[in-house]
Amino acid sequence: MSDPQHHVDSVKTYAIVWIALLIATVVTTEVSYVDLGSLNVVVALGIAVCKMLLVALFFMHIRHSTKLTRVVVVGGLLWLGILISMTLTDFATRGWLNG
Amino acid sequence: MASSVHTESHAESPALREQFNTAAQQKDASGLGMWIFLITEVMFFGGLFAAYTIYRSSFPDIFGAASRTLNTTIGAVNTAVLLCSSFTMVLAVRAGQLGKRKQIAVFLILTLILGLVFLGVKAYEWDQKFIEHHVPGPSFHMEGVPDQGHAQLFFSLYFAMTGLHALHMVVGAGLLTWLLIENSRGKFSADYYTPIDMIGLYWHFVDVIWIFLFPLLYLIDRYLKS
Repeated sequence: MSDPQHHVDSVKTYAIVWIALLIATVVTTEVSYVDLGSLNVVVALGIAVCKMLLVALFFMHIRHSTKLTRVVVVGGLLWLGILISMTLTDFATRGWLNG
Repeated sequence: MASSVHTESHAESPALREQFNTAAQQKDASGLGMWIFLITEVMFFGGLFAAYTIYRSSFPDIFGAASRTLNTTIGAVNTAVLLCSSFTMVLAVRAGQLGKRKQIAVFLILTLILGLVFLGVKAYEWDQKFIEHHVPGPSFHMEGVPDQGHAQLFFSLYFAMTGLHALHMVVGAGLLTWLLIENSRGKFSADYYTPIDMIGLYWHFVDVIWIFLFPLLYLIDRYLKS
């Protein structure tokens, strides 16, 4: 009855990912109190992206999913990138006209 | 005629509806549909993240000062609670894959409890905002900030983003309750656990949103205070 696409990960795999996520939460909290200048936001978002990847790949089973699903996910994130970057190009350059 | 009889028996199983060739194909289709829905959710939250990015880059000092009024410890603990709930959720999906109904129930209940703990802590935090007059509106006041308007902007985004996130948690809690009822009726097995799988994806998605909200709202320029 079990089909070949039916991947069952071990509890150990999930537990390791879970512990890693908790450690990353402690690290991101502690590092925010250290003065890294403009790098603070880069580190905070970098850790957040790593946590997102762990959740998506392991908990959301992207590493077992079809290529079509992966294309949809990456495509969706690309659209989010367009939303934020295009909005920023507008706001960041508004002063240029009046200046 | 024989084929119509075949189709009828075919349609009776939730694990293999008649429009699909195989159970694996049906599972893939469900997953793809759920991901497309989650992408629309990403764009929904994306608008708020874009607004946040613009206003934080426009008023970095005020956003930093307003962010430092939030309690990092409570935020971090709540993040941990949510991550634990994702762990128990994925174990519920795993129990579904193995067709273990008792395990499904245990892990769904744990996920539900952790989700409610998160909402409880969130409610306490919001209550503190009312006590501290940090809720945007006529009674808003933040100490030591000359520009009250832009400080309210931070808290408007804070309430909009955490509020929308909490709303998703409430919906998630409702979905978990529904799963528990369906599970007690014996609807799920190793051949058919798609609803657990899909609601699992939703729950993890809500977790991912919080993974970004926590550093963006709580951890701005913390080092300036310490």
